[in-house]
This record gives sequence, C-alpha cells and structure tokens, in this order.
Amino acid sequence: MRTLRFLLRKEFRQIFRDKAIVAMIFFMPMVQLILMPLAADYEVRNINLAVVDHDKSPYSQKLISKIVASGYFRLTGYNTSFREAFGLIESDKADLILEIPHDFERNLIREDHEKLFVAVNAINGTKASLGGSYLGSIIGDFNGDIRMQLVTPPRFSQFPVIEVVASNWFNPVLNYKVFIVPGILAILVTMVGGFLSALNIVREKEIGTIEQINVTPIRKHIFILGKLIPFWVLANIVFTIGLLVARFVYGIVPVGSLLTLYAFISVYLLAVLGFGLLVSTFCDTQQQAMFIMFFFMMLFILLGGLFTSIDSMPEWAKLITRINPVRYMIEVMRMVILKGSSFSDILPHVGIVAFMALVLNSWAILNYKKTN
Amino acid sequence: MKQFLAFVRKEFYHVLRDRRTLLILFGMPIAQILIFGFALTNEVKDSEILVVDYAKDNASQELLTKIGSSRYFNIRQAALSHNEILSTFRKGKIKAVVVFPAHFNEDLLHQNKAQVQIITDASDVNTANMVTNYLSSIIVDYQNQINANLEIPYRITPEVRMLYNPQLKGAHGFVPGVMALVLLLVSVMMTAISIVREKETGTMEILLVSPFKPVLVIFAKAFPYLALSLVNVTAILLLSVFVLDLPVKGSVALLFAESTLFIITCLALGIFISIKTSSQQVAMLISLMGMLLPTIMFSGFLFPIENMPLPLQVISNIVPSKWFYIIVKSIMIKGLGLAALWRETLILLGMTLFLLLVSLKSFKIRLQ
Repeated sequence: MRTLRFLLRKEFRQIFRDKAIVAMIFFMPMVQLILMPLAADYEVRNINLAVVDHDKSPYSQKLISKIVASGYFRLTGYNTSFREAFGLIESDKADLILEIPHDFERNLIREDHEKLFVAVNAINGTKASLGGSYLGSIIGDFNGDIRMQLVTPPRFSQFPVIEVVASNWFNPVLNYKVFIVPGILAILVTMVGGFLSALNIVREKEIGTIEQINVTPIRKHIFILGKLIPFWVLANIVFTIGLLVARFVYGIVPVGSLLTLYAFISVYLLAVLGFGLLVSTFCDTQQQAMFIMFFFMMLFILLGGLFTSIDSMPEWAKLITRINPVRYMIEVMRMVILKGSSFSDILPHVGIVAFMALVLNSWAILNYKKTN
Repeated sequence: MKQFLAFVRKEFYHVLRDRRTLLILFGMPIAQILIFGFALTNEVKDSEILVVDYAKDNASQELLTKIGSSRYFNIRQAALSHNEILSTFRKGKIKAVVVFPAHFNEDLLHQNKAQVQIITDASDVNTANMVTNYLSSIIVDYQNQINANLEIPYRITPEVRMLYNPQLKGAHGFVPGVMALVLLLVSVMMTAISIVREKETGTMEILLVSPFKPVLVIFAKAFPYLALSLVNVTAILLLSVFVLDLPVKGSVALLFAESTLFIITCLALGIFISIKTSSQQVAMLISLMGMLLPTIMFSGFLFPIENMPLPLQVISNIVPSKWFYIIVKSIMIKGLGLAALWRETLILLGMTLFLLLVSLKSFKIRLQ
C-alpha cells in the first residue's frame, strides 16, 4: 500500500510537471466540446434547388414560390435548360433539380394528369432522400391546392386518408445539440484516458527509466495500478468539467441520477485505461503505441453509434461494436442523461464494461514483464 | 544532391527497419477503408420498433405486414399500455413505437380518415428522423394501395431520378471522406513524430552539426513518408474500386496528382507541428487529440458544412481534408476534370506553401 502511495506521488508529479500536457488534457477537450456540437447538425434544410421552368405559367410560378416558402429549399438557380442546371449540381451549387415540362399547366387541366421531373444529387444519401421526399410532399400539397380550386370539395374526404401523428420523446423539438453533446463528451473522455495511458509505460521504456522500476521490488500489479489511478482521476475530472460545460453552455441537465452516471464512468474508465496500458506493454516505441491507439480510436469512434446508427451496419460490423467500449459509453450517456434510465436499466452495460476492464487489466499485468 | 540522396536513404532505412511500425502503417489505412466503407451508412436498417395495436383489425394487420416486410424494420409486437413505452425506451433497444387506435379500420372505411401514432426515441435524433420518414412513406404507400381503384382528378406525379448514386449507397459519400481522413492523420502523425523523436533522443544535434543544410534534413525526413503514403493511396484506390464498387469516372492520373499534392500538404503540416513542439507526447496529442475530431467533423462527409454556423464554416476552410474530400468526390464519382477543381487545388497548394514557409521561418538550427 505504501509502495502504491509513493508510485502515485511520482506519477502525479510527472504529469503535472509538463505544463504543455496538462494544458492540453484540460483545455483541448473543453474547446472541442464547446465548438464541435455546433458543427454537428444533420438537419436537412437549406437544400439548394435549381429550377428549370419550361412552362413559365402561373401554375409553375405558384409551385416554385410554394417550394421556396417552405423554408427547406433555397433557390440557387433558375435555368433555361437541364444541362445548365446540371452544371450547378456538378459544382455543388445545387443539390436538386426540378424540371417543369412545357405546357405543364395546360396538360394538367386538359389531360387531368401531368409529370414533373426531379433529379437529385445522390452522393450524400441522406440529403438526397430527405430532400426528395420534402419536395415530393410539397408537390403533393400543391396538387391538393389545385384540386381544391378546380373541383368543389365534398364535405368529407372522398378517399381514405391515414393521418400520421408523430411525437418525439425525450427531445420533442429534435434538438441535435442535446443528442450530440453527451456523445462528444464520451469520445473526448475516452481519448484523454486512452492516449495518455497508452503513451505512458512505453515512454518509460523508450527513455529507459523502466529499468529503474524493474530492479525495484515493486510488484507488477502495484505498478500497473500506479499507472492506472492517476489517469483515472484525471479522466474523471475532465468528465466532470465536461458535464458542467454541457450544463452551462448547452443547458443539458441530466434527467437520470448523477450517481448512476458516475458509477458507470468509473468502471468504464478502468476498461479504457486498461486497454491503453495493454497497448503500452505491447509496444517498443511511442510511435507504435500512438498508431495502434489511433487505429482503435477511429474504430471506436466511428463505430460507436454516434455518427451513424449501429442498426444499419452489416452483421460483422455489429459484432465489432459489441466489443467497442465507446458504444456502451455513448448509449449509457444517452440513456441516463436524456432518458433518465436507472441503474437497473444500464446494468447489462455495466456488466459488459466491467468484464472488459477485468480482462484488459489482467492481460496488461501479465504482459508487463520485468525481465527481458 | 548526392548528400540529399544519402540522407533519404538513411531515412528509408529508419522506416524500413522497424517492421512492426511498417506493418501498422500499411495495414491500418487499408483495414480502416474496408471497415468504414462497408459499415458506415446513413440509412436505417433493421430498426427495432414496437407495435401497440388497439385495433387488431384488417387494416392494421395489413399495414403491419407491410411495415414488417420492409428491410428497415423489425417488429416487436406487444400489447402494452402507454406507461410501458417509457420503460422500454429507457432500456434502449427500441427505436420507435407505432400505435394503432381502436377502430382503425372502421374509421378508415366510414369516415375516410384514420390516425396512426408514431412515437420515436428522439434521444438519437438522427435515427428518430429517419424512422419517422420511412414509416410515413410506408403508410402513404399503403394508402395509395387502397386508393388504387379510385380516380383522383388533376394528378401531378413527380418522377425522381437519383444522379451519380442511384442505389443510394453509403460508400459513395463515406469512402472519399474516410480516405481524406485517414491519409491526413497518418501522414501528419508520421512526420510530426519522426522529427520530434530525433529531437527527443538527441540525434537531431548530430544532424545539425553536420555540413548538410539543416532544412534539407527535414525534407529528407519527409521523403520516405511521401513514398509510403503514395503506396497507401494506391492500395486504398484499388480497394475502393474493386472491393467497394466505387467508380472512377474522371482521370486516374489527375486523381494521383491531387493525392500527391494532398499528402505533401499533410506532410508540411506534420513538419510544422514537429518544429513547434519538443516532445513526442505533445506532438502526438496535438496531431491526434487535437485533430481527430475536427477532421472528422469538418471534412464534410458526415455533417453538411453549409448547415454549420458561419464562424464554423470559416474554420472548416482550414481543414485540408475538406478540400481533398471535394476533389476525390468530384473526380471519382462525378468525373470532373481540373477545370472544375482549380480552386480546391490552388487552396491546397497555398496551404502547403504557407506551412512550409512558416516552418522554415521558425526552424531553429541552434538547440537553445
């Protein structure tokens, strides 16, 4: 126990001596937590629309102004030919082209039926499908308006209509900040803990100070604990500051209990730090450790379910997400902070992460060899 | 020149000797492209939804079969009360609940109007949005199906064509993005770390007292990494064409030229970081913790940049991968040429020159 205390004192001193690193540990995540959520906005609005109006009739004008008035679209081109409008798509100045054929108005009235042509830049799938469906529903509305003008409407709807009433729980106005801030905080805390712990032991190897530790009677598990605890404390502090930022900058107050949240993060950090230490015991140089951590961090982050949904991934990728600690962290953050889930709701998550922590840390202890 | 080549040879030895790192440097980008190319999509698939059917009549059953047979949803049927919806949401698995009120069919047939309620778990806004959209369009489909025999006057039918990516594959947007992301981070980290490392181990001193020009020491260091990154680019491109089914509609030569330019920009950024820092740890923290998230978010392949608040749009301009993403997308998928991309190319060129110039200015040949 006394040995551990001395080791801890050494580690803390080492960390706090390098002012540049301390500044980075606390400052960089906070700047990112404040800035990044502002950039994370999937909401599809400001879709750039180019219109090719061959008809130039009152109807076509009315349709265009209805589309612009919806607020989702921005008219960026009013072209005379499809080819011209296509040029706008090529240079990313337009996302959608609406082509209104010749005699649109006349055909609609005389022949009872007319087509409109929509071309969508589908490289960005979300924007394409959402933009297309918004435009479709506006055209449908316009169609309804016209029909009302031309035929006297009966008292009841003539044909069966199913009305969809949608309500969004936990985040009724679909605010992206509320959903992205806890996720980004989860990622930042993971990065701080993971990178620092991965670099630590390997740094001692590279500089050669590990030899000095190896010749002392310090037990292996005490050594690993001595490396684990300082980063655990630091990451917890970063997490706490992050929660305060979420509270005072973004006004996100956890619905669930803070105790539940901290209970999870305590176990979770053990897993992340254990992983970092394990990588550290495997590598010879800091460069190697860094690249390996980079590889896994990218996997953890992009397959964590924050940016794209895990449900939509192929089966093998879903299997990877099962051993991805970040995925559990992001889920728990969302469950506790936004939905107010209780400890018993997140119990499976805690269990899995605790198991990971146990395996990774024991592995790290076994893999750390005092002799060459 | 002979001296320079000798130095480059030394650097190559350095890089090639460390087999483990080499394996990581080649294996990593390839694995990432493959994993992300297949795993990242923006659509919703197999989302678990819960059905609360108070009606249990023909219409509700028909509509349910229709929803269940689409590949977007897996239905979990449950006769719940509203209270239980809250607790299932809290457990996390279920993405949305569809509620059919009692007398759904009767309302539909006699009053010509019936309601369906969709409740989403909007703690994941993105999925909530998509699920609502998909469900609504399935319901509209069903409605059109029952109305098929009715003559509706004055019909406007929009005909929608999906340009470039008719199957709406996620890979078309994500692969160029991941390419820009991986290349940037790997190139920056490699150079930044290898130069700082010489400082830290003290061998930089030896290089500086040699009769060789100090600036060339730095360039010689970046050289093997340029070669390495070009091999990586080739591998990534081959994978994206032959494994991920991405087209290369434009010129391959132009694509390689632009990639080389982009790599040089990244190497310059790495050199800049290495000159400004003195320990490997700081260099790594800057190039990873400082750059990972901003590059992911500002490249434009996950979040549309035009949606961001203006100050962030301005910031996004200094992220080199944003420009490379546009270039790769335009050449590979749209098939555009240099005439359409001169602006992006010039920006990357300008960034490179700027970074190199600032690095040279602040490069100190004295140790203290």
